[in-house]
Amino acid sequence: MAEIAQPGGSPARASSASQAQRAPSASRSEQASQGRQATWRDGKRYLWLLGLVVPAYPFTAWGLVELTGSGFFWWSALLIVFGLVPLLDLLVGKDSNNPPDSVLAWLEGDRYYRWCTYLYLPLQYAGLVLACWLWTTGGLSAADRAGLTVTVGVVAGLGINTAHELGHKKESLERWLARIALAQTFYGHFYIEHNRGHHVRVATPEDPASSRLGQTFWAFLPRSVFGSLRSGWHLEKARLARRGKGPWTPQNDVLNAWAMSAALFGALAVAFGPGVLPYLAVQAVIGFCLLEVVNYLEHYGLLRQKGATGRYERCTPRHSWNSDDIASNVFLYHLQRHSDHHANPTRRYQALRHFEESPQLPSGYAGMILLALVPPLWRRVMDPLVLAHYGGDVARANIQPRRRARVLARYGGGAA
Amino acid sequence: MNPVKVWECLVCGFVYDEAEGWPEEGIAPGTRWEDVPDDWCCPDCGAAKADFEMVETSRA
Repeated sequence: MAEIAQPGGSPARASSASQAQRAPSASRSEQASQGRQATWRDGKRYLWLLGLVVPAYPFTAWGLVELTGSGFFWWSALLIVFGLVPLLDLLVGKDSNNPPDSVLAWLEGDRYYRWCTYLYLPLQYAGLVLACWLWTTGGLSAADRAGLTVTVGVVAGLGINTAHELGHKKESLERWLARIALAQTFYGHFYIEHNRGHHVRVATPEDPASSRLGQTFWAFLPRSVFGSLRSGWHLEKARLARRGKGPWTPQNDVLNAWAMSAALFGALAVAFGPGVLPYLAVQAVIGFCLLEVVNYLEHYGLLRQKGATGRYERCTPRHSWNSDDIASNVFLYHLQRHSDHHANPTRRYQALRHFEESPQLPSGYAGMILLALVPPLWRRVMDPLVLAHYGGDVARANIQPRRRARVLARYGGGAA
Repeated sequence: MNPVKVWECLVCGFVYDEAEGWPEEGIAPGTRWEDVPDDWCCPDCGAAKADFEMVETSRA
């Protein structure tokens, strides 16, 4: 699947690409043709409820431990996310089906889908409270407490995915829910940085949350964590400056998001004792690392070319990695249909579409996360895919500067 | 005559001012939002035209 556009591609090409990408949203406003609306069925409609299995997991784990007497089940969230889901991806396969344009407006308006995401939050926080109680008074062994912390961290990390879905919406209720979901990981600045930073600089060397060819996950992690934090702060500072205000105000959305986290952790420490604080810190780190490894997968090596005006070409479906694997998509609210998400960021998850021209990951995110943790394996699988995406011309990829010479030496031979 | 309006991208905050247009891509100053092509998208983040909302009428 070679890319066709050249650096500084002609406006005609850019506009036809954007037309192809945009056509469905243009027809979204047209009245849906009733016949098709009646016959099209959303095959994933009830599968989305499975997303709630994740935040319920601390309760499930507790139940399984009580039932079997085996502390192993405190850890079993890991087996589900990194064992069962990748396996299901292999067994269940892919779904490249797109809802017809005529039903998009109806599909987005159906409130059932919203409730599938809203309900994540009460379960997420009920699980956190349960965990605080178990950490302090549950009589668990150190290993059991560690396992429970990992499980809670996985729920927190997938909670950032839920926050991501909600934080892109136009309705203020949903934006608020996004901020609440992020409180558990102390990652409230993500909501600012992601929308106004990442979505602008995606697939450019300037974006700390777009990984580069030759960059390992372990090198990406600190750059994304601290770079996004810095960027979120500066974006908010600039926004407030435009209103004639300094950054140290409660209206600073980075500060008030962190205040929400501090209030949450403080309240839990008061209720269960300061002994919960180390566990809360560790689960937050696990949670945001899970988000960052997903960030690592989404744009690896992909680069928007700079046009004659010095502006980057617009983000198109070719600038995000996608996956149509059903199992992992169900647990991530279609996050893996990432190209459509960047083209239509406020579009609701159930209406996101598959694009033929977007590069496809060999497996769902769950399996790819495991690969990302082992850089030699990741390189072996992904570098050839990046190279193929650019028709063998590695110079068109987003290359890690420190490794540029090495990457060019290794892959440069294929350039025409 | 209607006052000139300013539209903002709901995702990234990019501002389209009707008074200024977007000459870089052939959208002349004074072009009304409704006359901006439907397939035009945010120059900064690529969000669709539908993801913009009117924020103010510009001081003219």
